[in-house]
Amino acid sequence: MSTPFAKLPVWVEYGLVPLINLAVAFIVAGLVVLLVGENPFEAAYHLINGAFGRGEYIGFTLYYATTFIFTGLAVAVAFHCGLFNIGGEGQAYVGGIGVALACLWLDQTMPWYVVFPIAIVGSAFFGALWAFLPGWLQAKRGSHIVITTIMFNFIASSLMVYLLTRVLKPLGSMAPQTRTFAEGGQLPKLDWLLSIFGLNIGTAPFNISFLLALAAAFAVWVLIWRTKLGYEMRTMGHSPSAARYAGIRESRITVIAMMLSGGLAGMMALNPIMGEQFRMQLDFVQGAGFVGIAVALMGRSHPGGIIPAAVLFGVLYQGGAEIAFEMPSISRDMIVIIQGLVILFAGALENMFRPAITRAFAMRGQRAAAVVQTKGA
Amino acid sequence: MDFFHVLVVLLESTIRVSVPLVFAALAGLFTERAGVFDIGLEGKMLGAAFAAGAAAAVTQSVWIGLIAAILISVLLSLVHGYASITQRGNQIVSGVAINFIVAGSTVILGEAWFRQGGRTPALAEGARFQIVNFPGADAIREVPILGPIYADLLSGHFLLTYLAFAMVPISWWILYRTRFGLRLRAVGENPGAVDTAGISVIWLRYRAVICCGILCGFAGAYLSLAMTAGFVKGMTAGKGYIALAALIFAKWRPKNVMLACLLFGFLDALAIRLQGAPLPLVGQVPVQLMQALPYILTVILLAGFIGKAIPPKAGGVPYVKER
Repeated sequence: MSTPFAKLPVWVEYGLVPLINLAVAFIVAGLVVLLVGENPFEAAYHLINGAFGRGEYIGFTLYYATTFIFTGLAVAVAFHCGLFNIGGEGQAYVGGIGVALACLWLDQTMPWYVVFPIAIVGSAFFGALWAFLPGWLQAKRGSHIVITTIMFNFIASSLMVYLLTRVLKPLGSMAPQTRTFAEGGQLPKLDWLLSIFGLNIGTAPFNISFLLALAAAFAVWVLIWRTKLGYEMRTMGHSPSAARYAGIRESRITVIAMMLSGGLAGMMALNPIMGEQFRMQLDFVQGAGFVGIAVALMGRSHPGGIIPAAVLFGVLYQGGAEIAFEMPSISRDMIVIIQGLVILFAGALENMFRPAITRAFAMRGQRAAAVVQTKGA
Repeated sequence: MDFFHVLVVLLESTIRVSVPLVFAALAGLFTERAGVFDIGLEGKMLGAAFAAGAAAAVTQSVWIGLIAAILISVLLSLVHGYASITQRGNQIVSGVAINFIVAGSTVILGEAWFRQGGRTPALAEGARFQIVNFPGADAIREVPILGPIYADLLSGHFLLTYLAFAMVPISWWILYRTRFGLRLRAVGENPGAVDTAGISVIWLRYRAVICCGILCGFAGAYLSLAMTAGFVKGMTAGKGYIALAALIFAKWRPKNVMLACLLFGFLDALAIRLQGAPLPLVGQVPVQLMQALPYILTVILLAGFIGKAIPPKAGGVPYVKER
């Protein structure tokens, strides 16, 4: 193994390898379904049908996908800088404060298109704030970003319980949540977008933050591949020593990358808070920060890969709900297993099948070369 | 003697909640000292707790439950080992994956096998650990000061509790007084040197990972076979991460691990005790602050404000043999 891995064609690297990893994850998940005593093919049918069967289902699928685009981008931005941000969960949670404050302040007097930009800034600000400290501690004090962000997830959850039970809760109410927002705090649905395709989204909370997610994906692409800052981030992620020799200010880039990552994670809060529940509740993030890790790994940290990967997880979430409904012995937790398997096979074991694939392509290449030679002779 | 009584009760519950932390943190100590980061402690503990609860419920034997816990936990450790040692994958990604897979499968399998909303059936007397009472504990309970300490603090715990605290000096002895321990620590600092000496880095790391699995198995078994009678879904509730925090807080040393676990356990016990009650001088402290305190302390420690926590040098880096 003197040369670690020969270079593979682009479609293999970014298409085939992730697909094989995904397929293995699904095969193992199918085994779990068998272990439970159910038919995996029936489960697969309900998954697909539940995600695409009706306009309403597609609306839900895209609603979930919106959330995962944000958290997936958040993890990817940090990845490019060589930082592993597991704190998306906490950053999204704290980002909710920004959304809630904007809505509580303006919802009764302003229309949504005034509140929305302020809420975007608020969510990104609070998310970035929550990522600032771990980033700063990594840059200046050398504390390991993974550990600090894990700790910050727990601190965020305690903080939010405190805020929602004591500070943001309306007087006289028992439930740990803010009051319901008036019209100004509710985002319009994107029913017109799907009705172009003749679909009716029904009650699905598919809303305008989807477009914001797409814009954010584009912005991340521009940032990472078309700006100086992005170049510096990638250099640092590739080789910290090279970055140091090139005179890139490491600590500054670390903090900026983490804040961008946290800001993106924070913007995730717009989708459930302003787009679906119209109030801030306890635990509205529901693990989306961790799904972002799987999405970023699947999408190879590229916005062009993250969007389809986020849609895939949207399918899993919406279709998984349908499986749980149709097949009572399988609960929604099946999604959690699949998620874990995707993280395992697309992330930690990403190179497991690579030697075999490389060998297969090397053989094909040799055969092609042999053909050329015989023709030449 | 009222204050004294409160203190004894508080310390007793401190010991009770510290046990899984001690096991899990020692488990993390073995792998991390060998250079394999492990944030899958939570998942392994949860998997072990489920295996213990399920096996004990089916066989009605506490020992089979314990063995099942250790088996499952070692198996999960080997998955982590395969990903991070053999495949040289990202150790953190692998740990996260294991936490997810276990969190999902314990609920799905528990629901499919027992149909009690993800729980295992409540365990009868023989299928769970019983409290061990020291001789004469009841007789001297009335003796002031020494009586309660002997009868309530030292006596009256589970076998696994004593094992957990016994594992602290045992781990120290293994790590610092045996050849295996010396090599294990070396492999976490400078695997190249160990390799040069003709010792297999891979096999050493695998053994460290297996040790971790065994200890996490005990932690899980304690949760479902001793602390409660049966498995409840998500019953680890972040204890794996607290153990990780304790491990860092202890700067990767066995004796400090125990003290850190006791400290975090004490904070936990205190938080429950103080719920709603005002403290002298500071007034009422929100419970949430008490709950977040271990994490906050760990962050402050990591920042180097209360001493420096230096992890094993080769931690988190897969070993590639020199070509």
